Amino acid sequence: MSFDFLLDPSVRWVLAGSILIGISSGVLGSFALLRRRSLMGDAVAHAALPGVAVAFILAGTRSLPLMLLGALVAGLLGAFFIQSVIKHTRIKEDTALGLILSVFFAFGIVLLTQIQHSGAGGQAGLDKYLFGQAAALIGSDVQMMAVSAAAVCVIAILMFKEFKLLCFDPGFAKGIGFSPKVLDGMLMFLIVVTVVIGMQSVGVVLMAAMLIIPAASARFWTNKLSLMVTLAALFGAVSGAIGTLLSTVGLRLPTGPLIVLAASAVFAVSMLFAPDRGILARIARRLSLRGRVAKENALRDFYELAEACDCWDIEATATELAAGRGVRASAMITTLRKLVHEGLVAEAGGRYRLTDEGLAKAYTITRRHRLWEMFLMHEGQLGSDHVHRDADEVEHHMPTELEAELEKLLAFQGIEMKLPPSIHPIETQGGV
Amino acid sequence: MLLDSLWIVLTGALVAGSCAMLGSFLVLRRMAMLGDAISHAVLPGLVIAFLISGSRGSLGMFIGAVALGLLTAFLVQFLTRRGIQNDAALGVAFTFLFALGVLLISLYGSQVDLDLDCVLYGEIAYTPFDLLFLGDLPFGPRPVWINAALFVINLLLVLLLYKQFKISSFDPGLAAAVGINVVAMHYLLMGLVSVTVVGAFESVGAILVVALLIVPPATAYLLTDRLAPMIATAVGLGMLASLLGYMMAQALDVSIAGSIALVCGVFFLAAFLFSPSQGILSRVLARRWLSMQIVEEDALLWAARNREGAAAEIFTKSDLLSGLDQPASRSRAALTRLKRAGFIARRNGGFVLTAAGRNAALDLLRRHRLYESYLGDIGYPTDHIHESADRGEHFLTPGLAKMVESEVGERDEDPQGKPIPSSEAG
Repeated sequence: MSFDFLLDPSVRWVLAGSILIGISSGVLGSFALLRRRSLMGDAVAHAALPGVAVAFILAGTRSLPLMLLGALVAGLLGAFFIQSVIKHTRIKEDTALGLILSVFFAFGIVLLTQIQHSGAGGQAGLDKYLFGQAAALIGSDVQMMAVSAAAVCVIAILMFKEFKLLCFDPGFAKGIGFSPKVLDGMLMFLIVVTVVIGMQSVGVVLMAAMLIIPAASARFWTNKLSLMVTLAALFGAVSGAIGTLLSTVGLRLPTGPLIVLAASAVFAVSMLFAPDRGILARIARRLSLRGRVAKENALRDFYELAEACDCWDIEATATELAAGRGVRASAMITTLRKLVHEGLVAEAGGRYRLTDEGLAKAYTITRRHRLWEMFLMHEGQLGSDHVHRDADEVEHHMPTELEAELEKLLAFQGIEMKLPPSIHPIETQGGV
Repeated sequence: MLLDSLWIVLTGALVAGSCAMLGSFLVLRRMAMLGDAISHAVLPGLVIAFLISGSRGSLGMFIGAVALGLLTAFLVQFLTRRGIQNDAALGVAFTFLFALGVLLISLYGSQVDLDLDCVLYGEIAYTPFDLLFLGDLPFGPRPVWINAALFVINLLLVLLLYKQFKISSFDPGLAAAVGINVVAMHYLLMGLVSVTVVGAFESVGAILVVALLIVPPATAYLLTDRLAPMIATAVGLGMLASLLGYMMAQALDVSIAGSIALVCGVFFLAAFLFSPSQGILSRVLARRWLSMQIVEEDALLWAARNREGAAAEIFTKSDLLSGLDQPASRSRAALTRLKRAGFIARRNGGFVLTAAGRNAALDLLRRHRLYESYLGDIGYPTDHIHESADRGEHFLTPGLAKMVESEVGERDEDPQGKPIPSSEAG
């Protein structure tokens, strides 16, 4: 593929415009996402249409600054109506959004058909507002968009701390003297501005995607706001660039859908491969946890077998162990092989026995298991902050103080564990 | 020509009716935006069905749309379970699918006789020309038949499963407890929305069908508190909007679908302002009426106390104005209304309480002092009793006053030592 087209100044302008829009919508989208205002962008983008049409009717020609102004006014009006419907009636946010979105858009369509039927010229440009055609932009348009997008980004960065407060703790923001209402209004204003400048290249209908998808993608990668905003801006920029290049070069397809599909691809990659929240990471975590649980269960079974007959060098086959737990023998063999590999179990002719190290570990695991059972029995209501991600993991992270407490309970209940003779000294505190 | 108009309005009314029925549940379940999402997301399904079957209005179209509609609902569910908040999940799912649809149309639109304008705005005006043939005989416009069938299907399902829909909308927990398959109801609703949206596509377009799904039910929601009347009102409003919208479009030469949606919006605005229980103007008026009532009662009380204090029986307007501590315009209005009610009459250039006015005032005074006694009984600080009673007396309905009375018991004086008028006073 040749990159000659980059020499074309108009292509460079268009590209720059799309990238800037990607950046500003990524930044604003992050705040919108955290403030749970994601769909607001969708509603505002639709609501802007009548403003564009009115500006066209008033100006009699396709004047970009005037149309943007019209879109801005209509978008803000839409946002205001949404808020007042939510505030003054029992109608909930989703319905208010859909309501204003569709009615404003309908009004816009009525005006557009009016323009069409009255035979006003230059109407072709209006269609482009629906799906965007970055290629149709001219230099001055892009310059204006670029300036506005840059301004939005700068304001958002300057107000970073305030918006952060607004997203995470509006009550605290109010407490220290920031009005959440004013901040929300400010955020809304910036979102509307972003939507309006993005409409030209992405189009009314899909501008919402630019506010939502890069931010949602970034959310997979980090829990830190500054990093999330940066990533969202990056994802937005990359999607904007890819979509615009595909649209401008050769394909001649509408820009909006291409940018959205590029953003969706970034989203899919994020959802799959993000290190902590990604699907693959979760699957890997679950698998490794499952493996560990299987190993620990096998060790505990071994221990309980030995404890029952007080014969600490007991040998067992995989089938015997598997039968006790109700798992397939082949699965048990896999687990045992891992334990052999770790030196916790020794194998001789299909019969397995615990090594000294294995016995010590089996003792600790069994003890913890019983302590845990004790805990559940006595403190049935577990604090939710302890059952954080996975109840299974709690079993393996027992605080030392809790362990000491439970030791007492265990003694009180008269449940004494038989000590295997070979373990000296016994480790009673802390983990393995 | 008249017949043509009839077909168009009929199509619009059928679409609006179906949408209003389903939309009522969407609005109640707070899933209005899911309706919006589905109406966008079925687009690629339509295009793919077109590409495969090569014709419009085939069964394939409905299958494609339902598949994509359910896929959207499923995707949203899937993303939400992956830890993405609901609104963002919705936004990601439907914009992706819609973008895909738009792209497919751009790529293959010329081959399948489908253009974006049609999908977005609909072509309800062409309804009369799209005839259904039985053999060689024209049998009425095809969209009318399709949408009539959809209307009947929706109506039957909503009637048959009314209880299930109702319970799972208002209380999913209860629904699950009494054995209703809530998940199945959810996907059934989503499937119905998808089918209805496709039927509506050709007539009103992808985006405006949202208006019919959401706006009439939202309007009805402001007008009634009960589900069945809400659905009926929504259907009625939707149908009326399609008639008025068509007339407006004819008069102004603009998009029919847009006009229908706009009329829905006007209905909503009217309900928003004037709904008896929810409208903002109605509530402002009610508040004004209440505060007027309070000023009136205060004026009566003032006049009665004025007399009780053995001052001159005749008082002037400026006496009242300075005595009431209210904006002068309000006090004047209160005076006018009391005169009209016959509670106050002119005498010797001033005003006096009439017998009826005295009775009303004594009744108020009784309530005021009873309330003071009650507040004193429950240990309210004596020096604050008067102000609280001043406010509370206006809200003591006769029933409540009776309860306060039985609580306080027979008593002649209030905590400040002022006599409590007996209930047979005057």
